[in-house]
Amino acid sequence: MRMPRSEDCQYTKDHEWIHRDGENAVVGITDFAQKELGDIVYVDLGETDRAIDAGEEIGTIESVKAVAEVYAPVSGEIIELNEALADAPDLLNSDPLGEGWLMKIKLGDAVSLDDLMSFEAYQRFLEEEGH
Amino acid sequence: MSELKRTPLFDEHLAAGAKIVPFAGYEMPVQYTSLMDEHRAVREAAGLFDVSHMGQFHFRGPQAAAFLDHLTPSRVSAVPVGRAVYTALTTETGCFVDDILAYHVGEEHFLVVVNAANKKKDFAWIASHRAHFAIEFDDASDRGALIAIQGPKARRIVARIAEGFDGLAVKYYRVVAGKIAGHQAIASRTGYTGEMGYEIFVAAESAPAVWKALLAAGAEDGIQPAGLGARDSLRLEAALPLYGNDIDETTSVLEAGLEFTIDWDKSDFIGMDVLRHERETGSARRRVGFEIAGRGIARQGHRLFDGERDLGPVGSGSWSPTLKKAIGMGYLPLEYNLPGKTLEVEVRGRRLPAVVTPMPFYRRPKAKKKGA
Repeated sequence: MRMPRSEDCQYTKDHEWIHRDGENAVVGITDFAQKELGDIVYVDLGETDRAIDAGEEIGTIESVKAVAEVYAPVSGEIIELNEALADAPDLLNSDPLGEGWLMKIKLGDAVSLDDLMSFEAYQRFLEEEGH
Repeated sequence: MSELKRTPLFDEHLAAGAKIVPFAGYEMPVQYTSLMDEHRAVREAAGLFDVSHMGQFHFRGPQAAAFLDHLTPSRVSAVPVGRAVYTALTTETGCFVDDILAYHVGEEHFLVVVNAANKKKDFAWIASHRAHFAIEFDDASDRGALIAIQGPKARRIVARIAEGFDGLAVKYYRVVAGKIAGHQAIASRTGYTGEMGYEIFVAAESAPAVWKALLAAGAEDGIQPAGLGARDSLRLEAALPLYGNDIDETTSVLEAGLEFTIDWDKSDFIGMDVLRHERETGSARRRVGFEIAGRGIARQGHRLFDGERDLGPVGSGSWSPTLKKAIGMGYLPLEYNLPGKTLEVEVRGRRLPAVVTPMPFYRRPKAKKKGA
């Protein structure tokens, strides 16, 4: 997969990034999120080809020390899961914006990413949260 | 909430880029680079831990040993100078006020290390039982630092900067005094990782210099500072109980599988009668290890089941970086203390299959004999 630039992604308060490419989008977790979680050992995102609603809990990421929920950043349909994570969940630590992507989503009708944060807004959000 | 304390090594942790978390009233490093890296460093080379948050109590006087004989199930009075003993402060019901290490550091002088979270409680407990004993008892926690170096390379690293120790090739649970990097130190062959290593007591003001000297001396061997995260995964692999998770005031010394701390020939210690009775009638449950057979990690508080039967909570559970599977411990009815027995753990509404496993989960390889 071609690696998006941080500046070209939108961000959620749950520390996920989403990168739009036409009617589809790729979703992952941010570098901040992987650092907070530490060494990741399991990624469980359920099945592909299913509809999801923005804000819905759609899976979990588990590190040695903690477990974190993954939330749908937008509504749409999961069309592909990153199967490489099953054997190499540490890709989420080593390359969260590239090889460690989580899923591809087909965006629903009239789905806009405008409510999500830009890269600059996400940086400010991290600062405001005291990180 | 009261102000968090810092150990004398706090600035070293910050300089090393550690992630700091509140723990037992202290700001402590939970990890420096990655828990897995630090864990691996301890198993394969060496790791350096700041455990200065732990409590250090001094017992001095002609009846120091007799007092510890009363407080613990062990015969501390039989421990010669220069040795340490792992034991418990027992409740009247044979459970744990705390688990402790008592170091016989000099004539009529014991240094007792207690869990950080239990310092105040232990101090009050000890003070309330000292009435008839001629001892001096004081809390030196803020004056002393404690540094643990653990791993197969620990001995050679310490040897490079140690002087005056009467042979660092000391046996397990020996305590020796000397100098490390020119600073007065007491080193004991103890630890909480399942590896060979030392715990080194130094004065608070010596701690940063000793810490830096150990890191420098071990650089060529791959030493790494290691945080509380790795400390927890290492001790779990070694099946060493953690107070508050695996032992507390409701778990007896026998249930916890720590019978080796009990000297049944003693005529008196707190909780003795209850433990004798439990020994005669049999414990109802036992601390048992298990591994998850599949994907998922059991953690503290998750429930263990056999069908519809709720067997109790997980005490400690985590991913094992060495074994590359999820492991845990909990108290199970005696009939489940049988390796191979199958169970289930409920994790976020899902049942994961688990199998009872012998403890420890990890045992370090025996050191090679010279010339072998």
